[in-house]
Amino acid sequence: MNSAALVVIAILTLAAALATATLQKLMHAALCFAVALVGVAAFFLLLGAEFVGLVLVFVYIGAVAVLIVFTILLTRRDIGKDRGFNWGGVLVAVAVFCGLTWSILKTQSLSSVAPHIRVLTVKRIGEALMTSYVWPLQCIGLLLTAALIGALILVMEERG
Amino acid sequence: MTPTLQIFLIVSAALFSIGLLAALGRRHAIFILIGIEMMLAAANLNFIAFWRFGQHPQPPTGVMIALFAIAIAAAEAAVGLALVIAVYRHYRTTNVDQLDRLKG
Repeated sequence: MNSAALVVIAILTLAAALATATLQKLMHAALCFAVALVGVAAFFLLLGAEFVGLVLVFVYIGAVAVLIVFTILLTRRDIGKDRGFNWGGVLVAVAVFCGLTWSILKTQSLSSVAPHIRVLTVKRIGEALMTSYVWPLQCIGLLLTAALIGALILVMEERG
Repeated sequence: MTPTLQIFLIVSAALFSIGLLAALGRRHAIFILIGIEMMLAAANLNFIAFWRFGQHPQPPTGVMIALFAIAIAAAEAAVGLALVIAVYRHYRTTNVDQLDRLKG
């Protein structure tokens, strides 16, 4: 693993995420969210989980980010009103970050170096999905269908 | 210096906290959804990092859980954004502070 690439990706990801949380314009924040997800996908590639990284790009940037942009455009009328920021939330977020970092740094067994592993091919993932994980896979399929139908029913116009 | 597990965990913790900041600090409903998505991505990063640095069971468990979590996050985003649109139709606003009809 290349540590220079790691630092660059980490800075890019966290800067984009911070911009998402603080930018005033909703559309800019949504685009920064897409950049932050590209950074997370780059982390996955760096860690040797190429398939998951590509799935993240396809699902999040191809579907979720586009869906968010569509929703912003559909609900555009009240953008630019309330600019308030809840400072209690900032306090909670900083406290959570400090607590997590403290406990990560206190744990000694986490400072290990990555072992050499066999490359995770798509074939192995597919075999695992079709053997040990076949029931979770079916449940996910059912959940996605139900969520799709539920979302359609929620946004359907009431007639009559 | 070779990267250790700690660095990935700290980046993931920072991403989670920023997501929490977006979910708790903003008043726009879409921002809250974006924050939740970001927290889920941070959790996925943790799963992948622990998979990469840990022992290797034959089915790659961390990768599988990350894949399933991505699918569930996609379903959650679809339903959440549909809810935002439905709420906007009724109240003509997406500011969560103004959606207080159920308040006692």
